[in-house]
Amino acid sequence: MTIARATTSRRSFLGHSYSLVGVVAALVILAWTLVAILAPYVIPHSIGDIVDDDYFGPMRQGLWLGSDYLGRDMLSRVLMGARYTVGISLAAVSIACFSGVVLGMIAAVTGGWLDTCLSRFLDAMNSIPSKLFGLVVVAAVGSSIPVLILTLAVIYIPGAYRFARALAVNINTMDFITVARVRGESTVYLIGSEILPNIIRPVLADFGLRFVFIVLLLSGLSFLGLGLQPPLADWGALVRENIGGLPFAAPAVIVPSLAIASLTISVNLLIDNLPQKIRDRDA
Amino acid sequence: MSNLVEVRNLRIEAKTDSGRLVEIIKGVSLDIADGEIVALIGESGSGKTTVALSLMGYARPGCRITGGEINVSGRNMAALSEKERARLRGTDIAYVPQSAAASFNPSSTVMEQVIEVTRIHKLMPPERARQRAVELFRALSLPDPEGIGARYPHQVSGGQLQRLSAAMALIGDPKLVIFDEPTTALDVTTQIDVLKAFKSVMRAGGVAGVYVSHDLAVVAQIADRIVVLKGGEVQETGTTAAILSAAQHPYTRELLAAFEPKPRQAHADADAGTKQLLRIDNVTAGYGAVRADGLPLIRAVDSVSLVVEKGRNLGVIGESGCGKSTLARVIAGIHPAAAGDIVFDGKELQRAARKRSQDQLREMQIVFQYADTALNPAKPVEDIISRPLAFYHRLDRQARSKRVDELLDMVRLPRTLRYRHPSELSGGQKQRVNFARALAAAPKLIICDEITSALDTVVASAVIELLKELQRELGLSYIFISHDLSVVEAICDEIMVMYNGERVEQITPDKVTAPTHPYSKLLFSSVPKLDPTWLDGLVRDPELVSQYGHR
Repeated sequence: MTIARATTSRRSFLGHSYSLVGVVAALVILAWTLVAILAPYVIPHSIGDIVDDDYFGPMRQGLWLGSDYLGRDMLSRVLMGARYTVGISLAAVSIACFSGVVLGMIAAVTGGWLDTCLSRFLDAMNSIPSKLFGLVVVAAVGSSIPVLILTLAVIYIPGAYRFARALAVNINTMDFITVARVRGESTVYLIGSEILPNIIRPVLADFGLRFVFIVLLLSGLSFLGLGLQPPLADWGALVRENIGGLPFAAPAVIVPSLAIASLTISVNLLIDNLPQKIRDRDA
Repeated sequence: MSNLVEVRNLRIEAKTDSGRLVEIIKGVSLDIADGEIVALIGESGSGKTTVALSLMGYARPGCRITGGEINVSGRNMAALSEKERARLRGTDIAYVPQSAAASFNPSSTVMEQVIEVTRIHKLMPPERARQRAVELFRALSLPDPEGIGARYPHQVSGGQLQRLSAAMALIGDPKLVIFDEPTTALDVTTQIDVLKAFKSVMRAGGVAGVYVSHDLAVVAQIADRIVVLKGGEVQETGTTAAILSAAQHPYTRELLAAFEPKPRQAHADADAGTKQLLRIDNVTAGYGAVRADGLPLIRAVDSVSLVVEKGRNLGVIGESGCGKSTLARVIAGIHPAAAGDIVFDGKELQRAARKRSQDQLREMQIVFQYADTALNPAKPVEDIISRPLAFYHRLDRQARSKRVDELLDMVRLPRTLRYRHPSELSGGQKQRVNFARALAAAPKLIICDEITSALDTVVASAVIELLKELQRELGLSYIFISHDLSVVEAICDEIMVMYNGERVEQITPDKVTAPTHPYSKLLFSSVPKLDPTWLDGLVRDPELVSQYGHR
């Protein structure tokens, strides 16, 4: 029965099988990435310009997504918002996962006091509520893009560390690790060539998941006014500043919400439907 | 219908990842009469377990019974609904799995699990079931039949657990019991007790059985008839005596031949055996807290000394838990010794591997039992074999690639295998790759830790032959650790017997028929012979068994 399910809606190409859902999700993510890169060249209006006489204007020609609470062009603001949301989240998740996974593998391979100290320190970090931590940091050093990236990264390092360490500890007990140790291999080789290839799939899935968390946390911080400062705005900030348009069903509040939903859901669908290499013993 | 089981033209298909259908059982037919024990034997992948499971109407995930009839006491298992099959399982047909340890639930008592079948099928009241279970425990000669049911699975030994799982199978009074390699994971001394118990219970109850195994000698003791399978087809069927004495099919003959490895020829060059390659003196190692005298609390290896001469082989034999694997790890430096000296090639070695020089590490290689875990599943064979070449010999890419080809030739694997991942190789192929990696380092000594135990007889004997050949060509020495006497006999110049962390005796292969130490006597007499009357005729000194056996 499992076989039957696996074969429906999967296509094969270049020795891998793809599911349709995964392909669609990948296209959505690709589209948002392109928008993030090209936004400054395609926006019809500057994000600070007030171009509408009315606030919370409806969708119409020239203002394709209506206007916001100050009468600014919503399309421009959403397109530019993609830049901040995708860019900041991607930078933060890359730092978090890279440091977390490397530290986790080192801790698993080395063991002993290094493992104990790292684990306890990061457990302590993990116990600080993330929004509160962001609030304190922003209050102390002010809000800027580098500060946001670093704060978000630090918040998600302990989780990535725990996850990678748990996986690496299992691999570390295998005989091939013992063989490599007896060969006299260094820790760098052990984690890079023996352990990483065996945990890369779950680590990538975790990367995707953490990206979603960071998008949501960034949006949450911006919603509280701790994220990007006006006139810059990521999607979370856009929702917050236009929340007053909710009673009028203004597109200004709906569109950025949809943008957040489409990106996060697509990332989740993609990591659940990554291409699978077809392994066929006799072929 | 005269026979209890009549399988006619059974076909089972499996589906691969790419959706291709592969026929794994190609029209198998077999009969089992009431009270008869039929053995299914063959190498791994021959479909013996698949056929056995199909008698319960069960096909493993991804497999499907596509044709034929499986009549068990008049009902076609292949045509029944899943609900009807479930009603028959445990009452008409029962199953004894290979690994009893993995099949028991660690969090409830043995008794609860043994009588579970009667509860599910509402066969008898729990009180009656408990009495019946105790009767079975007694029949299976388990120690303390009244009390053993109250224990948890981790509180009984492996051999006892295997007999308990037989009790679990028999409590529903089945007409047919399927044994799936039930003694493969056991020591020879324990295996005998389990086999004896199975045989007497089956005979007393007149229960028919299917016994799946790759060990011809074990099968010879218990089965009335033997069915030899290969590639999903029946190769040969006959009574046990007929198969053993007058096998017709080439594959059956190969199996028989593999069981008796060619004895090792006397060493040709006499001068090679004079130089000491490895000497260990009074080495002690173990686990647990270190006590005041600097020795660990539990000593797995207790003041063991041994010598390996250049170009010669030392066999280390003993049951599981006797410390032979720990000894291997101590010599390799994986588990540093607590006391004692290790001298390798004239130089004193550090106890821990990470303090040894790269050349010392290179010259002594260790090959592990389970090639599955000893090969990195994420890497192709090519990368696995070429890493020691890059690491020790600093070869460039081209030289490495050439050497990988040579090494694959050496271990008799096709060169095209280099692009495969370990998961795409058979057990024997994996073990050869495992060995090729050790050879890549160009060592002087290879420690082989049970390298043939996970392989079936034919493959294991081919691996042993390969090892001998490579020794002649490359002048290697082996330390060969095993619980299988016939394997050690075939390849070693000296055999060291270990018991409880200590070396009890060291003898040469031509003297294994006359060991002096009582434990060696028990161990050597417990190795099954290809003689159907061997088990019944076996008389063991009860004093020896109570002293050294683990019942």
